[in-house]
Amino acid sequence: MKTEIIIIHMKLQFFKQPVKLLLMLAVLASSGLLMSHCNITPTHTDTSEKNLKSETVVTGLNMPWAMAFLPDGSVLVTERGGKLRIVKGGALDPQEVTGIPKVYYRGQGGLLDVVLHPNYKENGWIYISYSSPKKEGEAGDDNGANTALMRAKLDGHQLTNIEHLYKASPNVRGGVHFGGKILFDKKGYVFLSLGERGQKENSQNLAKAQGKMVRLHEDGKIPTDNPFVKTKDALPEIWSYGHRNPQGLVMHPTTGTIWAHEHGPQGGDELNIVEKGKNYGWPLITYGIDYDNSIISDKTEAPGLEQPVIYWKPSIAPCGMTFVNSPKFKDWNGDLLVGSLKFQNLEHLVIKDNKVVKKEIIFDKIGRVRDVKQGPDGNIYVVVESSGSIVKISPKS
Amino acid sequence: MKIISIITCAAIYTLTFFSNHQEDLNKSIARGKELYKESCITCHLANGEGVKGTFPPLAKADFLSKYPEKSIHAVKFGMKGAIKVNGVDYNNAMPPSGFADDEIADVMNYIRNSFGNKNTQLVTDKMVAAVKKK
Repeated sequence: MKTEIIIIHMKLQFFKQPVKLLLMLAVLASSGLLMSHCNITPTHTDTSEKNLKSETVVTGLNMPWAMAFLPDGSVLVTERGGKLRIVKGGALDPQEVTGIPKVYYRGQGGLLDVVLHPNYKENGWIYISYSSPKKEGEAGDDNGANTALMRAKLDGHQLTNIEHLYKASPNVRGGVHFGGKILFDKKGYVFLSLGERGQKENSQNLAKAQGKMVRLHEDGKIPTDNPFVKTKDALPEIWSYGHRNPQGLVMHPTTGTIWAHEHGPQGGDELNIVEKGKNYGWPLITYGIDYDNSIISDKTEAPGLEQPVIYWKPSIAPCGMTFVNSPKFKDWNGDLLVGSLKFQNLEHLVIKDNKVVKKEIIFDKIGRVRDVKQGPDGNIYVVVESSGSIVKISPKS
Repeated sequence: MKIISIITCAAIYTLTFFSNHQEDLNKSIARGKELYKESCITCHLANGEGVKGTFPPLAKADFLSKYPEKSIHAVKFGMKGAIKVNGVDYNNAMPPSGFADDEIADVMNYIRNSFGNKNTQLVTDKMVAAVKKK
C-alpha cells in the first residue's frame, strides 16, 4: 500500500515537470534512431586493409608515371620515357599514341602527368606535362630542361590540335625536381606544380619558375588576379612559392581547398594546404637535412612562412595522392591516400578539420607508387613504376 | 747500353701510360661526382651509405666489387627485386638513370673510387656499351 502511494506520487511529480518529459521523449527517440542504425550495421563492413583486396589489372608498362580515366572506360597512361599509352578493356594497347613532343628523359625527367579537362566530354581536351628540353631562344642552360604543359585532343592513336600552353623558365641542366602535377579547380583554372630543379635558392626567387605552384587559365593565359601580377620582377603565373618538388596535387572534394605534398630533403617531406601568394618556406625553413647530413636551415619555422599540415621523418618520397570520396570506402571519405616511392606502400591519412589525426601504412610492398587515383567506379587505382602495372584496390565483398 | 736504353724507354712508356690512365680516371671521377649528386644521392646518400633495409649501400659494398657488370646494368637499365648487400637483404627498385654510356662510365668510376672503395681499373664507355639489357 505504501509503495503504491509512492509510485503514484512519483508519477504525479513526473508529469508536473515538462522538462523531464521532454528529456524522456528525447531519450526514447534517440534510442529508436540508434536501434534503426543497429539494424543496418550488420551489412556494413568497416573500411580497413583486411576488408580490401588489391589486384593487378594492367601490366607491361615501362616506367609509368600517371593515368587518366576516359569516359569510354579506357585509361590513358604516361610512360616517363616519352610514350602515351591506352589501356582498353583491361589490356594495354601495343600501339602508342603519337604526337608527344621530345622529352628530356634523364634522372627524374620525362613524360609526366596526364589529366582530362573537367568538361572533357564536351571539349575533348587532354592536358599533359613533361620535362621539355631547351629550345632555341629559351632562357637557361644549354642541354637543360624544365617542365612544360600542353593540351591536345585524341583521335584514335593520334594527338591532334596540340597547343603548347606553358613552359617553366629557365632551363636547367640536371635530372632532378620537375614537379609536374596538373590540377583543375572548379573555377576554370589549371594548376601546375614545379620543382626547383636542384637549385633550392630559386624557390624563393619570384623571377624564376622553380619551386613554384603556377595557376593558368585553361588556355594557358595568365589570370590577372594571380597574386604577383603587379609585383615588380615577379613572374605573373606564380600562385605560391617556397616549394621543393611537389608531386602530389589534389583538391578537397567538398571544401575545394588545394592540398599538395612535396619531396623534401632527408626527413623533410611535407603535406601542405596551398593558398594564394603564400610562401611554403623551402629552403629557409625545413624539417629535413641534406643528403650529406649537413644542415640546410637551423629553422623549422619562421614568421611569414607556412607550416606543413604534417611532415615525414624519415622521408617516404611521396608521389601521387587522392582524396577518397566513394561509397565503396565509406569510412575513409574525406581522407587522403598518399603513395610512397621509397617504402613502396600507401599511406592512409585520416583527415579531420584540415588536420591529419591518424596515419597508417596500407598495401606494404605494393611497389614504387607513382600515381594514386579514384576511378569512376569508386575504386582506388595505383600506378606502380617498378612493376610497370596498375593495381586496383576494392572492397572484398 | 742497349739494354739500359730499352729499360729506360719501357719505364718512360709505362709511366706515361699509367699517369695518363690515372689522369683519365681522375677526370672521369670528377665528372661522375657531379652526376652522382644529380641522380644517385637522393637514395644512396652523399657518402654512399644508403638506407639500411631500404636502399643498399655503395660504400664498401660487396655487390659492387663482386658484380661490376650487374652494377653497370643497374645504372643503365634499372634494377628490381631481392638482392643481398653486405649481408643485408634488400627488395626495392631503382629506375634507369637515363645517362649516356660515357656518363655511366663516369658515375661508375666515381662510385668505385669513393666512400672507401678503391678500384683503379677504368670503366670506359665501350665497356658500358657492351652491357646489354638482360
